[in-house]
Amino acid sequence: MILEWIGAAIVLLVVLPAVVYLLRGVLNAANSIVPSVDRIAAVAHAGSADLDAVPLLLTTQDQVIKTIESAADYGGSLDIIVDDA
Amino acid sequence: MPAAGVVLLIAVLGIIVALVYYLVSTIVALQKITKGLDDAIAGVGGIIQKTEPVNEVVATINANLDAGVDLLEGLLVKKAGMSDAVGLVDGLYPGAAAEGFRNFPESKTTKAPRISEVYTRGTLTLARLGREAPIAAASPDGPALRNPAYGSLAARLLYPEIRQQRPSNLPRSPIIGTDSPPQYEPSETPGVRKRMPAAATTERSGDADAGTV
Repeated sequence: MILEWIGAAIVLLVVLPAVVYLLRGVLNAANSIVPSVDRIAAVAHAGSADLDAVPLLLTTQDQVIKTIESAADYGGSLDIIVDDA
Repeated sequence: MPAAGVVLLIAVLGIIVALVYYLVSTIVALQKITKGLDDAIAGVGGIIQKTEPVNEVVATINANLDAGVDLLEGLLVKKAGMSDAVGLVDGLYPGAAAEGFRNFPESKTTKAPRISEVYTRGTLTLARLGREAPIAAASPDGPALRNPAYGSLAARLLYPEIRQQRPSNLPRSPIIGTDSPPQYEPSETPGVRKRMPAAATTERSGDADAGTV
């Protein structure tokens, strides 16, 4: 009979608080991850929005090609007009 | 049932209730995390998709710019000569002479004349292209041709000699004012000449007749 009381007391005073402590720690850890993940998602969306201008690089590429072509034409003309050193 | 069994039963029930509460809460938190990670993955996927053509485009742009740089460097060296070309680039971009031209390894060892101490950048460029002014004609090892803040004689020497060094040889400026000598025959009536040149009078009358017909 005494052993039964001791067992019940251990379960009630030791096991139950230990279980509650451990589970609470897991829950707090899980809850602390949520804001971090939300911030990561916000940053990813912002980074994706910042890259909306990337397709303009195609326009830049065309402009660079035209500019270099014009410079080449101009350089060819200068090569004819200006005497060599 | 003994009292000890009741207490034990209550303790086990408490453990089960605690397990259910905390595990359900943990599941809810993990579901939030999963949803947030899904959003983050979607954003990262957008970044990857948008940056996919960047490498190819930037490589093409760089290739074209490299061709342009090669063209302009070659033209500059060909027209201005290695020394003046290095001096011109160093005048426009101080310190660039140390790096030299990409296609001319000897440019790294060429001592750049101090071209930019005499002329502004625009004048410098035009002068070198036109090959008119003796920029840095003195030895590059010598002193600067002109102190841009206080001196002006060295810059004057770059212009035609008479006007800058011997202004007394220039013709005098006309005297103007109330006591100035008469230079032209005064007219009695404004707009009417006393006599007209004979040839001009003849030609004008003929033109006038033709114009009226």
